[in-house]
Amino acid sequence: MKWAPVIGLEIHIHLKTKTKMFCRCELEYGAEENSRTCPVCLAHPGTLPVPNARAIEMTILLGHALQCEVVERSVFHRKHYFYPDLPKGYQISQYDQPLCVNGRFALADGSEVGITRAHLEEDAAKNVHMGGSGGRIAGADRTLVDYNRAGTPLVEIVTEPDLRSSEQAKRFLQLLRQTVVELGISDAEMEKGSLRFDVNVSIRPEGSDELRTRTELKNMNSFNFAAKGIEREIKRQIGIYESGGEVEQETLHFDPGNESAPPLRSKEEAQDYRYLPEPDLVPLVPGRELVERLRGELPELPGARIARLADELDTDLAEGLVTSGRDRLFEQVPGERRAVANVLMNQWAATGVDPAAVDADELGKLIEARDRIPRAAFTEALEATGEPGFEAERYLADGQIEATADLEPLVEHVLAANPSQVDDYRGGKEGLLGFFVGQVMKETGGRANPKLVNELLREKLKA
Amino acid sequence: MAITRDEVLHVARLARLALTDEEVERLGSQLSAILEAVGKVAELDLADVEPTSHPLDLANVSADDESRPSLSADEVFANAPDREDDFFRVPPA
Repeated sequence: MKWAPVIGLEIHIHLKTKTKMFCRCELEYGAEENSRTCPVCLAHPGTLPVPNARAIEMTILLGHALQCEVVERSVFHRKHYFYPDLPKGYQISQYDQPLCVNGRFALADGSEVGITRAHLEEDAAKNVHMGGSGGRIAGADRTLVDYNRAGTPLVEIVTEPDLRSSEQAKRFLQLLRQTVVELGISDAEMEKGSLRFDVNVSIRPEGSDELRTRTELKNMNSFNFAAKGIEREIKRQIGIYESGGEVEQETLHFDPGNESAPPLRSKEEAQDYRYLPEPDLVPLVPGRELVERLRGELPELPGARIARLADELDTDLAEGLVTSGRDRLFEQVPGERRAVANVLMNQWAATGVDPAAVDADELGKLIEARDRIPRAAFTEALEATGEPGFEAERYLADGQIEATADLEPLVEHVLAANPSQVDDYRGGKEGLLGFFVGQVMKETGGRANPKLVNELLREKLKA
Repeated sequence: MAITRDEVLHVARLARLALTDEEVERLGSQLSAILEAVGKVAELDLADVEPTSHPLDLANVSADDESRPSLSADEVFANAPDREDDFFRVPPA
């Protein structure tokens, strides 16, 4: 039988507000532990939460980008569980009246993924488990808690189970990440925990529309790792069904510090969060004026730019440029389109230069001349494109050093600087020629014509 | 509507509370009495009444995204039963 995967995602992103969701403590990643806390986020008795107006606006803006309906009336709920990262004993979240519902998000390949909801909540504190090995929960003898993160505004985005492959899930995540970054509502950096996601995976016979028991994959620390985890889980479920078994509902926790370790499993308990409307907060009724003003603030979104660029490039190249944040530079760099795109995605990408620091015209000149200058010189020039006042001319003008008169003094200099190697060479160790060639290339930043350097060296070493 | 012993134990476990048999008994009858009192409302015909999530007729209370000073470390840890460096210390979770 052929099997088809059914994949859904839950994504959490930290909003890039100045202050927390329900108090005005400053948000600062890496600040001294517990230095950004107050009676509200430490849950002292008698304190009251006050929602952050900017966080609400950011969520509505995201709702527009996900083509959601922004509801007329939204309510915060308390979600109860007991754990030291949650000082109140409940998280303020949203339950049956989330702020944004019924959206969809188009991918570069033309497929659409349904967005069930996008709601606003607060993040929990950061726990550090001590005494076990390497911060793991198992074997810890105490837990240390830093409440700086407690109360950080968090948006949870839930998709429909519309994704059909690990690759599609990865591309969805990349495009969503780029979208929230460009909206300016989140840094969405996985290594800082400002973008996190869980994946729900089930399979079914191809052509069927049933939904079978799903498993949930948690704690994945990169999109590539997620794609691998999904693949592994699909294979595991196929194995179970094909040997006559049943998939059990469970959660697979990955160890972000050790990607090759098998995931820890936990049975899903019937969840009992005892949701109730948060009595400390009044309902949220986003005015239509605000909702429409924010709709007007939407920039051209990455998905739309991919569609536009795909007309002149292929979809993969267009998607790569946009999700890596290089497409605006691409549009400014003159030259043959496909050549510019390829250089930006390959050699130039490898330099790590910030696209915003680049003079597009100068980069265009360099790319145009790439076949006329030595590879090493081209690489060196690309690395310099982010420097202020970068001019391609300098690298093109002293492109390849072809003149014997220019190279001769350099060759002599290299030989004079390495007398013992010269003696060895003359004594029969002719393999040293490569060493001398290397030295000359180093002197010239890779721009010397290697054939000419060889000839000159052989000649001089004979003497 | 009486609360069963199992329901008391379930809620206690969710709240990480260890209860003695005597406490389970006492809390069970107290919770039953509370539910019964609230249950009075069910006797009314409320078909036309919108569910209330808040008693005040008020919406959209929020604050600008402008920071205010947080507490000093001394104040933060003033009520903490246990501390290690600048962390709160709790039993292994």
